[in-house]
Amino acid sequence: MVTRREVLKALGGLVAVAGLPGLAVAASGTERRLVFVFLRGGLDGLSAVPAYGDPDFAGKRGELAIASPGTTGGALKLDGIFGLSPFLVELHKSYEAKELAVLHAVASPYRERSHFDAQNLLENGTGKPFGREAGWLNVALAESAGAGGLALGPNVPLVLRGPATVSSWSPSVLPAPDPDLLERLAQLYRNDPLLAKPFAAGREAQGLMEGQGRGGMPGGGPQAAVQLARAAGTLLAKRDGPRVATIDFGGWDTHANQIGEYSPLTRNLRMLDRGVATLKGALGPAWKQTAVLIVTEFGRTVAINGSRGTDHGTAGVAFVVGGAVRGGRVIADWPGLSDRALHEGRDLWPTLDLRAVFKAALVAQLGLGEAALETKVFPDSRGVKPLEGLFA
Amino acid sequence: MNREAVIAVNRFGLGAAGGELAAASRDPRGWLAAQASQPAPDYPAFADLAPSSEALKEFPKWLMKLRRARADAKAMQESGQPVPRGVEENFRDHFLPIMLKEVGARLAVGAATPVPFQERLVWFWANHFTVSAEKPVIFAVVGSFEREAIRPHVGGRFADMLLASSKHPAMILYLDNNLSVKPGTKPPPIAERLNLPRATGLNENLAREILELHTLGVNGGYTQGDVTTFARVLTGWTVGRPLVNPGFAFVAARHDAGPRTILGKTYGQEGMAQGEAVLRDLAAHPSTATHVATKLARHFIADDPPPAAVERIARAFRDSGGHLPTVHAALLECPEAWETPLAKLKSPIDYVVSCLRGLPAARRAEPRALFLALHEMGQRPYFAPSPQGWPDTAQAWAGADALWKRIEWAGILAARAGSGIDPVVLARESYGEAVSEPTRLAIERAESRQQGLALWLASPEFQRR
Repeated sequence: MVTRREVLKALGGLVAVAGLPGLAVAASGTERRLVFVFLRGGLDGLSAVPAYGDPDFAGKRGELAIASPGTTGGALKLDGIFGLSPFLVELHKSYEAKELAVLHAVASPYRERSHFDAQNLLENGTGKPFGREAGWLNVALAESAGAGGLALGPNVPLVLRGPATVSSWSPSVLPAPDPDLLERLAQLYRNDPLLAKPFAAGREAQGLMEGQGRGGMPGGGPQAAVQLARAAGTLLAKRDGPRVATIDFGGWDTHANQIGEYSPLTRNLRMLDRGVATLKGALGPAWKQTAVLIVTEFGRTVAINGSRGTDHGTAGVAFVVGGAVRGGRVIADWPGLSDRALHEGRDLWPTLDLRAVFKAALVAQLGLGEAALETKVFPDSRGVKPLEGLFA
Repeated sequence: MNREAVIAVNRFGLGAAGGELAAASRDPRGWLAAQASQPAPDYPAFADLAPSSEALKEFPKWLMKLRRARADAKAMQESGQPVPRGVEENFRDHFLPIMLKEVGARLAVGAATPVPFQERLVWFWANHFTVSAEKPVIFAVVGSFEREAIRPHVGGRFADMLLASSKHPAMILYLDNNLSVKPGTKPPPIAERLNLPRATGLNENLAREILELHTLGVNGGYTQGDVTTFARVLTGWTVGRPLVNPGFAFVAARHDAGPRTILGKTYGQEGMAQGEAVLRDLAAHPSTATHVATKLARHFIADDPPPAAVERIARAFRDSGGHLPTVHAALLECPEAWETPLAKLKSPIDYVVSCLRGLPAARRAEPRALFLALHEMGQRPYFAPSPQGWPDTAQAWAGADALWKRIEWAGILAARAGSGIDPVVLARESYGEAVSEPTRLAIERAESRQQGLALWLASPEFQRR
């Protein structure tokens, strides 16, 4: 005998892969993928990408100065001025494979030093803290032809919130809900302005993951970022999966003790490095069509502070990596590190607006036009042109 | 079961425990007002938790264990034997039992407290003055911070809570003030490096977050210059050596003495008195009143705080000199708080606690299970992602996966509750007339009591307050 529950279960499986809003890419949709990795807390750009060739670098950085390439514990060489942190081994391979572009002295339009305003501004896209309640990546999805968005983690970061329905996914140690219960909840949530869309999108993500990630590793921290990178790659690689994903990675607010094997900064850099390699592996052939943006809300002070760390600053670095990237280059209009060259006498001078990078990514990976970018995705941003030549 | 009682018990409380809605319905506002002014109960669940003076020793104890483990591992490696488990696991083994004891006690108090509004206020203020176990060195003292710096002052003055927080070892360590010293300080000799921080100058972290998050707010009228000067004022505010002298310490030798001007006022006091004077002025600043009032209104009334409510609460703050029971009473007097039932989405912790209050059998759940469930819903207790604390808007908690985890949790809880619970009665006795017709019908038409209970716990109403 076939029970009602079994019938519903079978139906639930079908519903999960067809017809619901959110993730599924339309037939005419893009094969290109875009991953947004947000390093929250303010990555120290001069630790990730030391300007070893700058005459003021060693003096200003003191104990934090990473040595020149070729010396013990030295940077991995990028060019005559810049190197990569010795803990970013995989990213360095990507650089040599011309799949990584390093952007230095970049910043959002924010010029104060609050994490929370800086993150909000970077995510909402208006150039003002709390300028709107939607994020630019979500607005871009709403303007694009059918690409779905997914946040890795239980909740959706501001950058991916807004008019377009998006999903989120993270591993679970809890047993999967009964399909009959889900059917009944679908009815109950149908007219709920807050819950209807997340519920539908959540079912779809669960369907795509096909029960993977059950009994997953509990606990947060940097390990979780690698696990989420694997899930992102798995979902993005699927034919009917999302085309845009976000990964939040916190813990970059390094006011103290940035040095050494066991410092939080070192651990985070290693995890970031592993995370990118994991994402690449999970994407498989789709890596060729992928661009990963790795950004932070602001850089940190150029000079070492009183506790072998750095305080909140202004410009910093961003990474753009993937098979769709024209890499193997450091893109920087380098302002220098002399006292006179610093913003307010303490921070790296911003020379490139991060929105130019975001716009270039949206043009290349989501096919957006400049009109939508200037008025909707990043309102009143006509003066900021998409950075040219960043993507193949 | 009038509407005001539903709002009192759910919006301002932690969800109805058995009979609570009926009890509150006699005088909902009076029921809350009494909680805001009465002394805190003596909770037995807190009795055997360690005070900071003990808990501060846990981190150095672990460091010593770690050093031994590393030495052993090195010896094993050199003799060709396989090396056992890594550093992270070692840390977890040491600290997880402490954390689970803390989390278990806090959730147990939330699940059973007879003064749920008072407890909500404790959680609100603990989130305002966030310390997070994301920073391993304070893993063992995040719970004692709440008991020592927050709970004693919820019935007192904001200025005293601000001072208690700013001097608490958990806050000092969380925001690095132990590493902020008079510029030009010589690093300690190598022999002393295990005991003394290798600090040689300022670290702005605590000074900035006190101004931005704890008092004035980000647009409260301070400059980068005020941040740096305040950091100088706070040099010397540190912690003693944890195994010898655990707790707050003021070390004059590290203090950058001299008159300092902050927000246009010059402070000529010497030593610790200077920082205390600045903190008292910050507590009394009108920007602080508005900042705190906005957060209270957002937490209890609506994601977009009604301006009239913010002004009413801010005025009470200003007029009473930051007397918190007066401020909390003003919150209850806001008509906006009583107009729209179910305007706020519960955070995961509040959601789980409201389940425990409604289902006494569920309170037997292992702390570890509760901790993991909350982790998966996106709110691991005591692990706020940043000094800003947990977010307070529906959009921050309404992610697809977070909703999915709540449904999973509702399903497992209902399965364990068995058929002894009538979900129709439970819904009526906690949300009264606020239960919608479709939800009531869905519960009644469920294929079993168990499924009906899962539907109620996952329903749009029960997820809100």
